[in-house]
Amino acid sequence: MATVRVGIAESGVVLNPDSIVTLGLGSCVGVTLYDERKRIGGMVHVMLPSTELAKGTNFNRSKFADSAVPDLLNQLVRSGADQRRLVAKLAGGAQMFNLAGETDSLLKIGLRNVEACKKALSLLRIPVLAEDTGGSWGRTVELFSDSGILEVRAIGKAKTHI
Amino acid sequence: MSDSLGRMSDFHLDVLKEVSNIGAGNAATSLSTLLGKAVDMRVSRVFPMPFNEIIEYVGGAERMILTVFVRIKGGISANMLYSMNLADARALVRHMTGATEEDGFSEMGLSVVHEVGNIMIGSYITALSDFLGFELIPTVPSLAVDMAGAILSFSLSEIGRSGDTAIVIDGALSLDGGALSGDGASHIFLLPDPESFDKIFQALGVAGNGDC
Repeated sequence: MATVRVGIAESGVVLNPDSIVTLGLGSCVGVTLYDERKRIGGMVHVMLPSTELAKGTNFNRSKFADSAVPDLLNQLVRSGADQRRLVAKLAGGAQMFNLAGETDSLLKIGLRNVEACKKALSLLRIPVLAEDTGGSWGRTVELFSDSGILEVRAIGKAKTHI
Repeated sequence: MSDSLGRMSDFHLDVLKEVSNIGAGNAATSLSTLLGKAVDMRVSRVFPMPFNEIIEYVGGAERMILTVFVRIKGGISANMLYSMNLADARALVRHMTGATEEDGFSEMGLSVVHEVGNIMIGSYITALSDFLGFELIPTVPSLAVDMAGAILSFSLSEIGRSGDTAIVIDGALSLDGGALSGDGASHIFLLPDPESFDKIFQALGVAGNGDC
């Protein structure tokens, strides 16, 4: 079994029996899609909620929820997944620092990222099976293509499977 | 914008190194006064780096660090981080309070790191503000103890609107005599928003392409 690593604002697709992982999600969100019958999984590491925030027109589409999620869907379909069978799981979207009272919305980006990822999934009619989002801690997430299980690891917390 | 950051001239990178030396130098003086001990400032390092390399530079996405975060508004906008690894934070707390931190950190230990970070960043900003002639308004400092990837990626989100590269301005401070173990240093990172670089260079009279 190989493990594919996805960095910030990157995406990837894996076939059975491989897994795909992204390390140290903070306010970013790891969105995963999975086709159980074909055992194909994909992940994208979303940093910002909307391409409307992008300055300039030449931007990395894997960074913004509204472009990253549809692109991940296309990647999976190209790899043989059936769009109608795809299900989503997501993790991340934490508020790493306590910045109560700050009005700068980018300082509360975690929550906005989660909402934007869910909205993008809903527009594509992909159901969200599970999520581990919010809080104030970082997460490492790994999707196993043989089972569709998403493993969430955080410092000082027990590993969870969602 | 990420391209223009990547193409910044060596001359301008050197100017930013000087900015860091002035800020971190003032922070080193404050830390030295606080600890009653000599503090060495290492040579500041400044370079354009893709986000994923920045995470590796600070020791990898899952490495646990302590970081005090401040967002600056005013003449320029930037994020500032005062970061250190566990071993260095424990050494700092031991030096300040005489207490040895075992697993995790006590409330007291965390509050020492928070306060030291507050003073470091405050001193840096004061020097920066004097040097640039700008009023700089920081948010209330906040502390996180978590994975470097989680802390850094959040701190890069504003810069992420413009590209996938940031100019990292890294001022490192180490205690004399190697009292701090780990990599032996705490780091003050200045991460200006891309639009702020022109303002810094204009304030210092070195705007333009840097060829002159």
